[in-house]
Amino acid sequence: METAIAVENLKKTYQPKTRKGVEVKAVDDISFAVPRGEFFGLLGPNGAGKTTTIGVLTTRVMPTGGTARIEGLDVARNPVAVKRRIGVVPQVNNLDRSLTAREILLFHAEYFGVAKHAREAQAQQLLERFELTERADEKVIGFSGGMVQRLKIARALMHNPAILFLDEPTTGLDPQSRHAMWDLLSELHAKGQTILLTTHYMEEADLLCERAAIIDHGKLLALDSPAQLKRSVPGGYLIELMARSGLNDSFANALRALPGVVDVKQEQERVRIYADRAEGLLANAMRLASEQGVMVTDAHVAEPSLENLFLHLTGRSLRE
Amino acid sequence: MTATMLALLHRDLRVARRELQYFLLRVGLQPLLFTFIFGFVMPRLGIIQRGYTEMLLPGILGLSMTLSSMQAVALPLVIDFGWTKEIEDRLLAPISISGVAIEKILVGILQAMIAGLVVLPLAWLLMGVHLSLGLVEIIQLLVVAILSSWLFAAFGMVVATIVEPQQIGLVFNVLLAPMIFFGCAYYPWATLHVIPWFQRAVLLNPLVYANEGFRLALTPQMPHMSPWLVYGGLLGFSLLFTWLGLRKFAGRAVD
Ligand SMILES: Nc1ncnc2c1ncn2[C@@H]1O[C@H](COP(=O)(O)OP(=O)(O)OP(=O)(O)O)[C@@H](O)[C@H]1O
Ligand SMILES: [Mg+2]
Repeated sequence: METAIAVENLKKTYQPKTRKGVEVKAVDDISFAVPRGEFFGLLGPNGAGKTTTIGVLTTRVMPTGGTARIEGLDVARNPVAVKRRIGVVPQVNNLDRSLTAREILLFHAEYFGVAKHAREAQAQQLLERFELTERADEKVIGFSGGMVQRLKIARALMHNPAILFLDEPTTGLDPQSRHAMWDLLSELHAKGQTILLTTHYMEEADLLCERAAIIDHGKLLALDSPAQLKRSVPGGYLIELMARSGLNDSFANALRALPGVVDVKQEQERVRIYADRAEGLLANAMRLASEQGVMVTDAHVAEPSLENLFLHLTGRSLRE
Repeated sequence: MTATMLALLHRDLRVARRELQYFLLRVGLQPLLFTFIFGFVMPRLGIIQRGYTEMLLPGILGLSMTLSSMQAVALPLVIDFGWTKEIEDRLLAPISISGVAIEKILVGILQAMIAGLVVLPLAWLLMGVHLSLGLVEIIQLLVVAILSSWLFAAFGMVVATIVEPQQIGLVFNVLLAPMIFFGCAYYPWATLHVIPWFQRAVLLNPLVYANEGFRLALTPQMPHMSPWLVYGGLLGFSLLFTWLGLRKFAGRAVD
């Protein structure tokens, strides 16, 4: 498969601005590659280095070490050629406040040399798809967070970029807008768009990304599919059984002996089983229960969250 | 010039046209007041001689044009880099960073030329100065106008990229007041020979070359600086500030 993004031993160290300041290793020796068509996630807490990494890949930040390539082009050496191939949705609102929503799209396409007819049609189509037609001819001051975010994505798509970069596209959106955004991004990916997204929401990476890199303090801690990442957390799966009667220690001990089980916690009417994997475990537990006369009224399997994974990798919770 | 740069110019001109009335007010008001007091009121009162207006006209045009181009470049840049980060969308356009910066300088020059087109006839009519512009003077006027606008557009870029955004108001005041008063707008440079050290010191002020250039083109019969010094000063400072401005712009644009 063709490589869309290749990052090798990338480093970015910010020098202290004052005498007393300390240098910041915003990106500290990160390597990864993204094949064409992949939906790739960079997951990490505030200050992890997500925006800096995107900054290097989108020519906005000069790396202090290593290389970053977009479709084989060195970002630091060929910034103009790289810019032609990428669409960028930055974390901050950098929409042109002097222009209307439609003009923002049209001028953006004009910067990229899209012909007049094509850009007008494209703008209309994107405004419709992103539900912005009603206020298309207003200036963007006063647009809601969701509208700003949608317009930023529409703008990035105006020149049909090979790779789309999205820096925390759903931060600050209400749940409804967030779900709409997820649908939209899934739709783009389904059409073959290569996407690199950053987020500090576990469920977002889990839901959207084919692979995700977990970064913290500028270092890459893990990189895999969300499912594999979850599997790597010992005891990350949780099976909860609710029972009306018959719960006792021998049942708990029998559960502990089942393959894959890491720990079992028993309360009055509830048993929590922590396990490395879930396959077959629920069936085994139910068989044990009927053998021992335990009346199970409800069962619930919770997949391990990336939240647990982060805790496992760093010893810190994601959300401070 | 690339298609991308033309598109950036198109965007800036669209925005400028939309704000034309404010622009006219900004460039027109001060010269209007100036010409009214110095060209009409004071001569009537007999405080200054009629001939003084001839000395003032080039200075007023020079000040209007240079301040226009400086503002046209510096103010949006300070806001962009300091707060809104709007310029990011242009930095992501497929053009080099210097390309974006050069386009900003071109916009400054264009705005200054428009300011000149507004102010020159205004001041001319109100002051009733007799101008006899032949082909040579008109060509000289154009060259001086373009060079002066370029110089101050580039200077605006240097100021906007060096100064911290919080300090820009202060810098404008502290920098502009001496530049204007020592800028030979209200007196010809040639007459300063009575204070030799001052005459030499003001040569450090780029505004002197702009005002003397307009004096050279508009009122050649009055004392003025030699053309070589005028063009040398304008071109030298333009190149210096462009080089410095582009470097500092790139420093601000890329982390
Ligand atoms: N221009 C800069 N100068 C100095 N330090 C910087 C600069 N930009 C970022 N940093 C520092 O680099 C580190 C990584 O910042 P970065 O913005 O990449 O994190 P992030 O993962 O995007 O965080 P967030 O989730 O808050 O957006 C932080 O410690 C930050 O303070
Ligand atoms: Mg960030």
